[in-house]
Amino acid sequence: MKIPEEKLLWIYKKMLTQRMLEEKILELIPTGKLTGHFHLGIGEEATFIGACAALEERDYLLPTHRGLGCVIGKGIPLKKMMADIYGKATGTTKGKGGVLRICDAGLGVLGLSATLGGIFPIAMGAALSSKLLNDGRVTLAIFGDGQSNRGTFHEAINLASIWKLPVVYLCENNQYAISTSQKKAMAIKNIADRAIGYGIPGKVVDGNDALAVYEITLEAVNRARAGKGPTLIEAKTYRWRPHFEGEGASYRAPKEAEVWKKKCPISRLRKRMINLKLLNQLQDEKIKEEIAQEIDEAVKYAEESPVPRPEDALEDLFFPSVMESSK
Amino acid sequence: MREITFSEAIREALREEMKRDETVFLMGEDIGRFGGVFGVTKGLIEEFGEERIRNTPISETALVGGAVGASITGTRPVVEIMFADFLAICMDEVHHKAGKWRYSHGGQFKLPLVIRTAMGHVFGAGPEHSECPEAFYLHSPGLKIAVPSTPYDVKGLLKTAIRDDNPILFFEHKLLYNTKGPVPEKEYLIPFGKADIKRNGGDLTIVTYSFMTHEALKASETLSKEGIEAEVIDLRTLSPMDRETVVGSVKKTNRVVIVEEGNLTGGVGAEIAAWIMEEAFDFLDAPVKRVASKDVPIPFNPVMEGFVIPNTGDIIRAIKEVVYREK
Repeated sequence: MKIPEEKLLWIYKKMLTQRMLEEKILELIPTGKLTGHFHLGIGEEATFIGACAALEERDYLLPTHRGLGCVIGKGIPLKKMMADIYGKATGTTKGKGGVLRICDAGLGVLGLSATLGGIFPIAMGAALSSKLLNDGRVTLAIFGDGQSNRGTFHEAINLASIWKLPVVYLCENNQYAISTSQKKAMAIKNIADRAIGYGIPGKVVDGNDALAVYEITLEAVNRARAGKGPTLIEAKTYRWRPHFEGEGASYRAPKEAEVWKKKCPISRLRKRMINLKLLNQLQDEKIKEEIAQEIDEAVKYAEESPVPRPEDALEDLFFPSVMESSK
Repeated sequence: MREITFSEAIREALREEMKRDETVFLMGEDIGRFGGVFGVTKGLIEEFGEERIRNTPISETALVGGAVGASITGTRPVVEIMFADFLAICMDEVHHKAGKWRYSHGGQFKLPLVIRTAMGHVFGAGPEHSECPEAFYLHSPGLKIAVPSTPYDVKGLLKTAIRDDNPILFFEHKLLYNTKGPVPEKEYLIPFGKADIKRNGGDLTIVTYSFMTHEALKASETLSKEGIEAEVIDLRTLSPMDRETVVGSVKKTNRVVIVEEGNLTGGVGAEIAAWIMEEAFDFLDAPVKRVASKDVPIPFNPVMEGFVIPNTGDIIRAIKEVVYREK
């Protein structure tokens, strides 16, 4: 497949944005300015951004909890994201959902299920809406290898298959569910093999190859949009960081992460772009500078943003109803 | 006025709302040509087709999670969960997803979804098909709950529920499906949060809902012959709950019996009793009395079942206690 140059550049910039934003978070954690837990996807940028590159603006995304990359990929502005990271009133969830819940109804980022595995049925339901409304949208659900062991995976993909819904289920297989190795959590090698049970395509892709992820996701998205039903994709990758910042990742062999760091998806794409003469060092430096500046502005915006008022905790529970007499 | 059954009233509400708004659709197990195990959806698939009357495999989590996904993307799902006991299978989807999605995403989404479900004893259905589990869900902040007792109420409330932009649990008691009552042919809606005084009386207040409304009315008729006049308040919705009507009645009668079919401990009656203490303590001439099922699962054998579930005799005894008459 010939990938347009501007698409390649977009993918590269977004991957760098994820990397640099997450590195900024690592820098900010010791300052004590942030609250909550951070599940960083450093090293997995190719999977998140490559997948999102295959979506149109109107399409829906249900991100995973390691999902800063994919919400960047769907276009949520860094300022809004940073305000969520700081728990400020100006964030997309106004301080209610935190870093995990960054969403944007207008951009089709439908939100996160923090009980893992909850997104499978929700993605199925969003795709069902698209089918009923005939709106041409596709839903992409991104989830980790651990989530694929929930019963919801089966129920939702089974229904999506029977009804040929426009949904793509993409597993970000970083090989560990917190401390539990995928090898000890299932008797099969490839999560994608589970697709056989639903009569849908199951594809394995190198999750550190952004272009391969993009191509395979685009194929699945096109198939879904054409009314041919869901696809299960498994992108094999690795998280460089612990499950959340602060835990020691003692369950992994010390050298394992080092091996994977040599397979850095960003360096890999950079080399490819330089070889294709789409990028030179000077341009690369300029891109990094621009992103760094955007991140700094986002941090400034978040720090200067107001904290929510305590009583704001009582807002946003119900949509205002016409037909209600008292509460 | 014409009389129709509770089931027919539900079917009319579904049909009218599906005709009025083409984004309304149904999902459920055996709701297609079979018409649902209680026959409520009979004929709808012939009228609206398989796209909008979606018969499903046994997949409660996918049904409710799917309804969440559909509701946040522009359609209005009405899900049928065959038995209210089965809500426990998809509690994550009901409590966390439906109940928290709007709140935890900063109010960005609305969730116009209804979960219809059959509750209560039906003579020998056993421990996992007889429950009245509404108290579990009353504890969940983001859900609205309807518990109608008559064909008139069920139709008006269901139509309102389908038009509401919030997640609604709609409990239909199995023993009510074949009961008949007057229902006008002309369209009407009933607001949530408005109790209905089903019988006027000055000696005590009975607060109840759903099937137990009828048991309370029977008990009241019996005691009327002994000169005790009970006021029977049918709450109709538990969330929002019409405190005003209850407190107003308590201030008049100074005595209260709360009747529900769910288990006593942690039940709906406990909640009502607590706020009657808070809001009308000075008006009480006797301790608030609760009548509810004994704290065991509902047994299969009818003799034991009848012993566990409250009946008119239990209600009469409770009334005599609060009016200080001989038992």
